[in-house]
Amino acid sequence: MTTPFIQFKNIKKQFGALEVLKGVNLSIAKGQVTVVIGKSGTGKSVLLKHIVGLIHQDSGQLLIQGEPLDGLSKEKSCRFKNKTSYMFQDNALFDFLTVYDNIALPLKETSKIADAALQQKVHARMKQLGIDGIDNKYPSELSGGMRKRVALARALVTDPEVILFDEPTTGLDPIRKKNVHTMIKAYQKQFGFTAVIVSHDIPQIFDLAQHIALLDEGIILFEGSGQDILHSKIPGVQAFIQGKSSMEHE
Amino acid sequence: MNEKKRNFYVGIFVIIGILCGGYLIIVMGDLSVFFKDRYTVHGYFSSASGLKKSAVVELAGVKIGHVSAISIDTQFLVARVALDIDRKIAISEDSIASIKTSGIIGEKYIEILPGGSDTMLAHGDEIENTESSLDIESLIRKFIFSDNAL
Amino acid sequence: MITCYIEAIGSFFVRFVASAGQFFLFFMSGVKQIFSLPVQTDKILDHIWFIGAKSVFVILLTGLFTGMVLGLQGYYTLVTFGSEAALGTAVSLTLIRELGPVLGAIMITARAGSAMAAEIGVMRMSEQIDALVTMQIDPVRFVFTPRLFAAVLSFPLLTALFDMVGIFGGYLSGSLLLGINEAVYMDRVIHSVKMTDIWGGFFKSIVFAFVVTTICCYRGYYSHENRQGEFGAKGVSLATTNAVVQSCVCVLICDYVITSFLV
Repeated sequence: MTTPFIQFKNIKKQFGALEVLKGVNLSIAKGQVTVVIGKSGTGKSVLLKHIVGLIHQDSGQLLIQGEPLDGLSKEKSCRFKNKTSYMFQDNALFDFLTVYDNIALPLKETSKIADAALQQKVHARMKQLGIDGIDNKYPSELSGGMRKRVALARALVTDPEVILFDEPTTGLDPIRKKNVHTMIKAYQKQFGFTAVIVSHDIPQIFDLAQHIALLDEGIILFEGSGQDILHSKIPGVQAFIQGKSSMEHE
Repeated sequence: MNEKKRNFYVGIFVIIGILCGGYLIIVMGDLSVFFKDRYTVHGYFSSASGLKKSAVVELAGVKIGHVSAISIDTQFLVARVALDIDRKIAISEDSIASIKTSGIIGEKYIEILPGGSDTMLAHGDEIENTESSLDIESLIRKFIFSDNAL
Repeated sequence: MITCYIEAIGSFFVRFVASAGQFFLFFMSGVKQIFSLPVQTDKILDHIWFIGAKSVFVILLTGLFTGMVLGLQGYYTLVTFGSEAALGTAVSLTLIRELGPVLGAIMITARAGSAMAAEIGVMRMSEQIDALVTMQIDPVRFVFTPRLFAAVLSFPLLTALFDMVGIFGGYLSGSLLLGINEAVYMDRVIHSVKMTDIWGGFFKSIVFAFVVTTICCYRGYYSHENRQGEFGAKGVSLATTNAVVQSCVCVLICDYVITSFLV
């Protein structure tokens, strides 16, 4: 078996008295789409934030290609983080910058790219996502779907190898949801990045997922493919899938 | 807010600010002391009480320089005052430097009474004739005591 | 029972030391980033425009009326000693040594400092600061350093403006209204102000720029970590209130400390 790209090893995290992660073990393969599902508030976002270093585990290890992230040389961990994009649940767009500046920011601040090349790159991304021509609008002037796409464009503009999606479809109508899913799928095929998606869209998301993990009560209850989860005999898994699909728009 | 407009306002703000700051420093702070050509002479006073650094030095009521340092002469235990004086004004060696007060409670300054000698003071020289500040308290005391004696 | 109180004192002290350390580290990393290239010219200009240029009107108004009231009060106090001619000295020294830097800093805190705390607080609450971290952009460099740089440039300029307008205000009430000879007033102003007074005033305003900007940005930046456990809009409002109150208090405390060293 090959070493997984990102591996959680018995990660534990506590906020005050609240134990959120109680020893998570999870492997994420390179170039695949991994979906993390689970009840709201069970720490799925917390799990994702560990990868980008926004949250640090209390105990356990996070391995990147077999090496612990904490032990990596500064250069190596920088390279990993440079190649990682994070899409926030609420987009986290900069409300004081225009759409163009929002998308251009990660490149402008971290590399010495020339203005012309930058503009070309940003416009190319905007065109791909169907949001061209809104350069000078501010995020607050856009609809929810547009904002999502701007956030996606910002995540994609650095040509990342890993993209972490924190509920990319919340607040979208079913058609837009499907669009986002197709979009992620298409881009994933096109660019071959590794995707980790936190989602509530059961069962639509199973189409997209090559690997599914169910997080419940702070541990990974189930890990496997989309087909496996539908036939899983682990107690609680079926109930979760059924229960969720009946109140999907929660 | 486009960039040009912003830069314009920032420019105006910086110009106004520097003008005000410059006025404060140059006119009120007397920055000109650093540009004018000056020479220094010393005077020994039995008391320099109330005299401050950068106090005015006047000749015939016109400002000709300022006090640049006040220290104590450890040998004779008197105040040693350094006077920076405009290079264009030559003072004869028998001039008298006296500490005076503008008004009764005003600031102390140094008044130079020109002498008649042909030898002029050069940089680093000493003014021999000095008069220390008028001590109002002792004057009043003298006045009271003399009153009693009568 | 008594251990309870001792514990409370202990935990207060621990919290105090921890936040003081956090504050100092925040300040140091902000200062350090001023010297790291490239200089963020565009953002610095933005903030000079916001902190400096947009405060000019407020400073003009407060400076003018402060100077005018100093003229009035000074006149009626000095006239009892028959030395109303010294009004120029009183007004100019009060303004340049104390009121210019202090009132200027407090007005800028009210206008720009509160905005800094609220802006950064909202960025924190809507995860924009986290987003910066995920993009490998140093958030302290991005939000704090340009503001600090702009404030250090703007504060002395605004203070100079305050001083000048205040002296003019003193002239309005002292000379035009109460009839002190204007040549006497201006002569006293020019001759009683010494270079050390002016440098002292500018030194104060630069220190206040550091104090105000650091406190306001720090409060906004850590608006999610407040003790009352307030989040979202409440957290931002708490951060803004704390920022303004603490900035003003610290400005006055620093003013006393600096003055006691300068005199």
